[in-house]
Amino acid sequence: MRIADKFNELTRRDEGAMIAYVCAGDGDTPGIVHTLVNAGADIVELGLPFSDPVAEGPTIQASIQRALENGMNTDRYFAMVKDLDVNIPLLVMTYYNLIFKRGLKKFTADCRDSGITGIIVPDLSMEESGDLEDCCIDNEIDLIYLVTPVTKGERLDSIISRSSGFIYLVSRLGVTGARDDVASSTNELINRVKTDIPKAVGFGISSKEQAVEIRKGGADGVIVGSALVDIIGSGKDVTKRLDALVRQIKSGLK
Amino acid sequence: MKNSSKGKFGQFGGQFIPEVLMPAHEELEAAYEQWKNDPRFIKELNYYRRDFAGRPSPLYYARRLSKKYGHKVYLKREDLIHGGAHKLNNTLGQALLAKYMGKRRLIAETGAGQHGVATAIVGANLGMTTQVYMGAKDMERQRMNVYRMELLGAKVIPVTSGSQTLKDAINEAMRDWVANVEDTHYLIGSVVGAHPFPSIVRDFQSVIGIEVEAQIMEQEGRLPDSIIACTGGGSNAIGIFYPFIDNTEIDLFAVEAGGAGMQSTKTAALHSASLCIGEDGILHGARTKILQDPYGQILESCSVSAGLDYSGVGPQLAYLAQIKRIKPRTASDKETLAAFHELSEIEGIIPALESAHALAYLAKAADKGELGEVVVINLSGRGDKDLESVLKLEANK
Repeated sequence: MRIADKFNELTRRDEGAMIAYVCAGDGDTPGIVHTLVNAGADIVELGLPFSDPVAEGPTIQASIQRALENGMNTDRYFAMVKDLDVNIPLLVMTYYNLIFKRGLKKFTADCRDSGITGIIVPDLSMEESGDLEDCCIDNEIDLIYLVTPVTKGERLDSIISRSSGFIYLVSRLGVTGARDDVASSTNELINRVKTDIPKAVGFGISSKEQAVEIRKGGADGVIVGSALVDIIGSGKDVTKRLDALVRQIKSGLK
Repeated sequence: MKNSSKGKFGQFGGQFIPEVLMPAHEELEAAYEQWKNDPRFIKELNYYRRDFAGRPSPLYYARRLSKKYGHKVYLKREDLIHGGAHKLNNTLGQALLAKYMGKRRLIAETGAGQHGVATAIVGANLGMTTQVYMGAKDMERQRMNVYRMELLGAKVIPVTSGSQTLKDAINEAMRDWVANVEDTHYLIGSVVGAHPFPSIVRDFQSVIGIEVEAQIMEQEGRLPDSIIACTGGGSNAIGIFYPFIDNTEIDLFAVEAGGAGMQSTKTAALHSASLCIGEDGILHGARTKILQDPYGQILESCSVSAGLDYSGVGPQLAYLAQIKRIKPRTASDKETLAAFHELSEIEGIIPALESAHALAYLAKAADKGELGEVVVINLSGRGDKDLESVLKLEANK
């Protein structure tokens, strides 16, 4: 499913999007994805693990390391995604070297063939993303750009003009990791990003209260990663606790 | 849509970094352009180079080494620079630039500890808070340097993620910078990373080659036939090569760590020879030659010297190797240790294990006729820091 179709559907229902991130290969990924979707996740970002993930905090780093130790690689990733039977947009989140090594054309064609409709690359700046953007357009995939509290002026305008799917608003300076507050910079950032493209806020989101506040601030969705990965990493009551957390956060977006 | 050509060396280099770091790179680029030719900045930098660092470093004619190998061998004595290595050339320049930019805090990564020490030295001297990220494994290998940094008032933060070596320390320093980009300068230690770092570090290290040019003209009345430098990230190599790049009569040898052998396991290379046998890839913000598996996962590297133990190499060196302007070579751990002993015994100079790779290549190539008559070797650092690890290595034999 394309990302825009999902956001159109959510707009009709007056709901914000609950976007869930987990790393493929850490735990029973197909089972985890089904749990997330059944609990109300609207979009799933499935991490393709990379050995040197500079944008991640300790929680997701550990998850990526477990996934790599379990033998996850790009071939297995696409085979696994292809077998997933879910009717929501699936996105791949990974670092640029894995895309570059596979070849931009092949990687994006593999995305299309396995049902992935969006790509997020946290270490790919707008300056270097032109080639991948072209391949994404050829394969009807959205390349999701990130904007941060320090992205301003012309730079912000350029990123907005090149965005499709949604814009990923990084809520605070720093790496990924669950927090229990909403950074003061978040609302300011939501207001600064003026566009019709949906805006989703990530980095540090772990509770219903945060989701409510961010939705009220004018965002169209939240991205939850580390809080889910924490549960997977603990190995305790994973299905039950993932289900509960997704439901709780989603309830704050309705 | 075309990719930007900014900071590119041929197909290499560029800015493959998280968006949150882009404004900081833009700010740094603008500040560097503003200050690099400013008389006040240059005057202050030259003052620190001369009176604090001890520049110019001598170009020493190694009489007994020359006799042994049948070449005129000159050593560029970066081992005599304050701190014991060429690293201070870069940290002085960048810290001063950071100060001009109004930054109050310095962060750095370090492998062998030399760059960490050089950062701690300038941090103390310029009164800036300094935090150094260092792989836990490297901290064990280089305990004296950890203590040196602490003595100089820096905080050393152990990195326990990944392979616990230099590449993980870089990852961690980048994570810190992402969170503290407003008041912090990331003082990167080599000609790696995203634009403008490879160019800035190269410029500050080029003082080595500029001095060599004047010194060899004075002593020999001519330029050298070849220059040899060890290469990890490659800052001492490009520092001594750069002023000679356009003079293609001079052969430039970049000697990488051959480690225990030129093979790899599933997750690790037994060497650090990214220029010699690495592949195109993206690591730490730049497209360059890297050691990677068939999927693009970064392989751990290996070397007897922590300072060369890195899975990538500066993008400009990757380019210069591609156009065949520099000649990448390797020296194994074993050859390096032999050179380490040799220079100590016949010249009374204990070289850093990193620099001993360059010396080892002299021994390897002396009979091949590819070095010409006059050879300059960059003696990039002194070996005092390595005594403990060499002792340990040789006790285990």
